[in-house]
Amino acid sequence: MTSRRRVTHSIIFVLLLIGAVFMIGPLLWMLSTSFKDKQDVFALPPVWIPRPFHFDKYSEIWEAGPLLSGIKNSLIIAVTVTIVGTFTSSLAAFSFAKLRFPGKNKIFLLMLSSLMIPYPAVMIPQFFMFSKLGWIDTLLPLIVPGLFGNIVMIFFLRQYLSSVPNAIIEAAKIDGSSYFRLYSSITFPLIKPAVAAQLILWFMGIWNDYLSPIIYLNSPEKQTLQLVIANFNATYAIQTDYPLIMAASIIALLPMLIIFLVFQKQIIESVAISGVKG
Amino acid sequence: MNAKSNLYRKEKIYGFLFILPPLLGLLIFTLYPMIYSIYGSFTDWDGLGQMNFIGLGNFKDLWSDELFHKALFNTLFMMLGIPIGITLALLLALGLNRGVPGTTAFRVIYYVPVISSLAAVSIMWNWAYNGDYGLVNQFLDLFGISGPNWMANKYTVKPALIIMAVWKGLGYTMLLYLAALQSVSRSYYEAAELDGANGFKSFWHITWPMVRPVTFFIIVTNIIGGSQIFTEMNIMTPTGGPEYASASVVFYIWQKAFGNFQMGYASAMAVFLGVFIFVVTLIQFRMNEKQSFDVD
Repeated sequence: MTSRRRVTHSIIFVLLLIGAVFMIGPLLWMLSTSFKDKQDVFALPPVWIPRPFHFDKYSEIWEAGPLLSGIKNSLIIAVTVTIVGTFTSSLAAFSFAKLRFPGKNKIFLLMLSSLMIPYPAVMIPQFFMFSKLGWIDTLLPLIVPGLFGNIVMIFFLRQYLSSVPNAIIEAAKIDGSSYFRLYSSITFPLIKPAVAAQLILWFMGIWNDYLSPIIYLNSPEKQTLQLVIANFNATYAIQTDYPLIMAASIIALLPMLIIFLVFQKQIIESVAISGVKG
Repeated sequence: MNAKSNLYRKEKIYGFLFILPPLLGLLIFTLYPMIYSIYGSFTDWDGLGQMNFIGLGNFKDLWSDELFHKALFNTLFMMLGIPIGITLALLLALGLNRGVPGTTAFRVIYYVPVISSLAAVSIMWNWAYNGDYGLVNQFLDLFGISGPNWMANKYTVKPALIIMAVWKGLGYTMLLYLAALQSVSRSYYEAAELDGANGFKSFWHITWPMVRPVTFFIIVTNIIGGSQIFTEMNIMTPTGGPEYASASVVFYIWQKAFGNFQMGYASAMAVFLGVFIFVVTLIQFRMNEKQSFDVD
């Protein structure tokens, strides 16, 4: 039995390994291409390890396009939205989970059902709202809606809060602490890990977003990183400068990869919980 | 008594105050635009002049718009990736759930495409699908197959996008299944083993029913996500692909609205998309209800 088990384990391991090669292979190829010279790029069969490594594309891309301002814009949007939005979301989640007020469940249900409304169904009127305000080609249309909170996050934190005993909150209420203090000094510290995981996921979502930036941002120096690299692709693919395009893509991908590797435990748990309990 | 009711009154006020920002956000940025979209879909809105009410005119035009039919067909066709992704992800999760060495590493590796920016991986796959120098055809060469120029051929562009979508989403689905599998109690399998069931039988009678809520969640979210597919085609086939074979509904909406300024027409498509998602989700929920009733 045990030897049979060992054999199946080995087979599974090998299959998973082959799968892993397919998952990571294209990304490694992208990385290796970014270090290649023209000859290696078009070599048949493919060259995986460039000889020699060329790092110059990584210095060239900063001059080739507005990469730095792209990173800056993406950061401004993602940081502002996630910090303010996490505050409004967690405050609302606390209220939904622990406070009593009329119509609470109906409002919550309304919010949940609004998740079914796809962004394309609201983007055209939203565009005109923001254009009336003169916000086109600014970062504001990408920032302001997020400040009001994120319904997925509210839902997740509300679920998480149901495991926090009401007694703690009732006791503090009797002691006469204010409702905001109940949230800030009792609830929030308890749900910090959940908040952190959700914040990271949200941050990644904004960082990688493409559709809303492409609608609102025109001038190159206003664009987010994702638009900047897409433009790199459009421009340099004609000149077949693939190392440059790949280097830019690596730059777009690297920050999220680092964040993921650092917080992978929290992120994976958060994703797993939202699926199983969602 | 009086103090208590006073306390409750305060709680009512603060409770409402704390949910006010997301509630306002919902009203301003979702519900109001949605109603406006519905209204706009019945007009000849061009974004500049007056909005004239034209009744069902836009929807009638959609009915005979060949490009819209293509975009709709493409969008639905690409959802073939959903069952493929679910099957692969479940197999992977079953494999990982047996506690083979390196589980954590595998989880991370399979999840890396999920966190990668879609714009960046679209660029990468576009290069991988290059007919002459792309990674995909060089791999096929190993088996003596000479691959096509994937993105330039109307028969291969959709399969190419499906393969990429499966690759991108596999880790996420796998993770959800893995979490579900880990919550299935061992005792079920032990009992089944005593009854002489193992292998496929115990999978079919225990595992599959136990992970059904997750399967349901994955199908619903994948259909919602799949019906809004846009970034890949915008970057990989900026003109909609060979004979418009890779344009999606959202791609067409985007083109009509912000390229041609046919806002009314684009709104009609957006409303169509919204109704589609609503109906599919509703059907899914109904089916799920029925199934769980049968099993319990």
